[in-house]
Amino acid sequence: MLTGLSVHELAGRFRRREATPTQAARAYLDRVAALDPKVKAYMTVTADRALAQAAAADARFQSGRPLGLLDGIPLAIKDVLCTRGIRTTCSSRILENFVPPYDATVVAKLLDAGAVILGKLNMDEFAMGSSTENSAFFTTRNPWDLARVPGGSSGGAAAAVAADLAAATLGTDTGGSIRQPAAFCGRVGLKPTYGRVSRYGLVAFASSLDQVGPFGKDVRDAALVLQAIAGHDPMDSTSVDVGVPDYSAELEGGVKGLRIGIPAEYFIEGLDPEVEAAVRAAIDSLRGLGAKTESVSLPHTEYGLAAYYVIAPAEASSNLARYDGVKYGLRVPGARDLIDMYSRTRGAGFGAEVKRRVMLGTYALSAGYYDAYYGKALRVRTLVQRDFQRAFERVDVIVAPTTPGVAFKMGEREDPLQMYLNDVFTIPVNLAGLPGVSIPAGFTQTGLPVGLQVIGKAFDEATVLRVARAYEAATSWHERKPELTP
Amino acid sequence: MRRELDGILTYIDKLRAVDTEGVPPTSRAVPMTNVMREDEPKPSCPREDMLANAPDRAGELFRVPRIIEE
Repeated sequence: MLTGLSVHELAGRFRRREATPTQAARAYLDRVAALDPKVKAYMTVTADRALAQAAAADARFQSGRPLGLLDGIPLAIKDVLCTRGIRTTCSSRILENFVPPYDATVVAKLLDAGAVILGKLNMDEFAMGSSTENSAFFTTRNPWDLARVPGGSSGGAAAAVAADLAAATLGTDTGGSIRQPAAFCGRVGLKPTYGRVSRYGLVAFASSLDQVGPFGKDVRDAALVLQAIAGHDPMDSTSVDVGVPDYSAELEGGVKGLRIGIPAEYFIEGLDPEVEAAVRAAIDSLRGLGAKTESVSLPHTEYGLAAYYVIAPAEASSNLARYDGVKYGLRVPGARDLIDMYSRTRGAGFGAEVKRRVMLGTYALSAGYYDAYYGKALRVRTLVQRDFQRAFERVDVIVAPTTPGVAFKMGEREDPLQMYLNDVFTIPVNLAGLPGVSIPAGFTQTGLPVGLQVIGKAFDEATVLRVARAYEAATSWHERKPELTP
Repeated sequence: MRRELDGILTYIDKLRAVDTEGVPPTSRAVPMTNVMREDEPKPSCPREDMLANAPDRAGELFRVPRIIEE
């Protein structure tokens, strides 16, 4: 089955002429048609375009000139990244019919590398959420248990890779939106350093935190996709002009002599005992592979979440002011005047969580509260960042749980604050702008995946991926697949 | 919604417990000053492409409800 293969395995089949990009695209489209009615990962399937792109890749292989390892590989994209001519909804009513006139830089880079784009993936509205339950259209299901959520906000991107509905996908991570669903769905999800990957064409949520990254069936695939999307972009002034190493070349270097920090603040009350046991066992395996582990302290961890829920809504309230029903997106007709048109359009176009965050953000930024909320949160952000700087003077990477618990049932977390607490271990990494990956580290008694998080120094994705790969090579969690039948 | 926002604001109030005396604010993780480039004219998105998503238009203009009161 071509859909069961990783990107690097499929690329090998293409090179050995054992399969063609068109065969792979058809296999994935057939599987999406059969299984996505259950998983609900896709917002939009672009079958005709995908087959045309696959035919072009076929021709390149036939002429003996394939572009690279992603040539002809079927991928899918979170619906927050602009795709020229393909609607990009952010899973929001306000963008339900929005068709971007340009491609996000990361999408253009994948197309330039010859990738076949199968479609766009469901998410929490405007990437605000941890379960896809905030999608205005439907909730994506966890392939390991269809009654549970896949995590979020990149839930469609995680579920698609876990259910073999795409070879790899792109998601975005503002407070954990790649790593948390990767943990819930038992796959690899990498958030690169802030500035490593261009945000041009990424619909903005919180601009100082948002970052694009890959989901893969294994660590090698995540490295391959990162390679294709990383690098400076003149269209994004916050993308950083530093060299991009060859991630695949450094992947098998092992962890012998590497210093791994274990943060005491991530093993707290509320951590699921099965998650803790799996993560502690993973740390033992890394030690067995030759790494040196030591305890580190990140004392401001418990304040990260509170700082984030000031900073991210503040930035969101500003970014989402653009949805005014004038140039694109929804406009509710029948307004008396312009102000009435704004309020009708935004009232009907945004869901409850988006409204909640816009209100929180404007409140935190308002005169009289600015210093107490926004100013204070930015200072706490400095302290969170300094915690990591101090720890990284002693260690090369930090290893911790990705989430306090495993995938929860749909409808189980109705209180927004309870939902936010999911991201307590991922948010500090965004506040500090660091790279982090979640990789499969075992399963609970009931068969739900557990994620292990590896956090690195700024722009040191190579070491993060090397540690992840060393652990993966010593285990077989990533080979386990959920059972799904049409 | 009011009750939920109250709950979130109460949680956020835990920031008050942190001593931030003398700590500078961080607005972005990667330090960056102004990014400059040459001021050269380049083609941008075609007008028709940008107007194609307009909810209401009049020729080459976006049409909006009345702004100025009579």
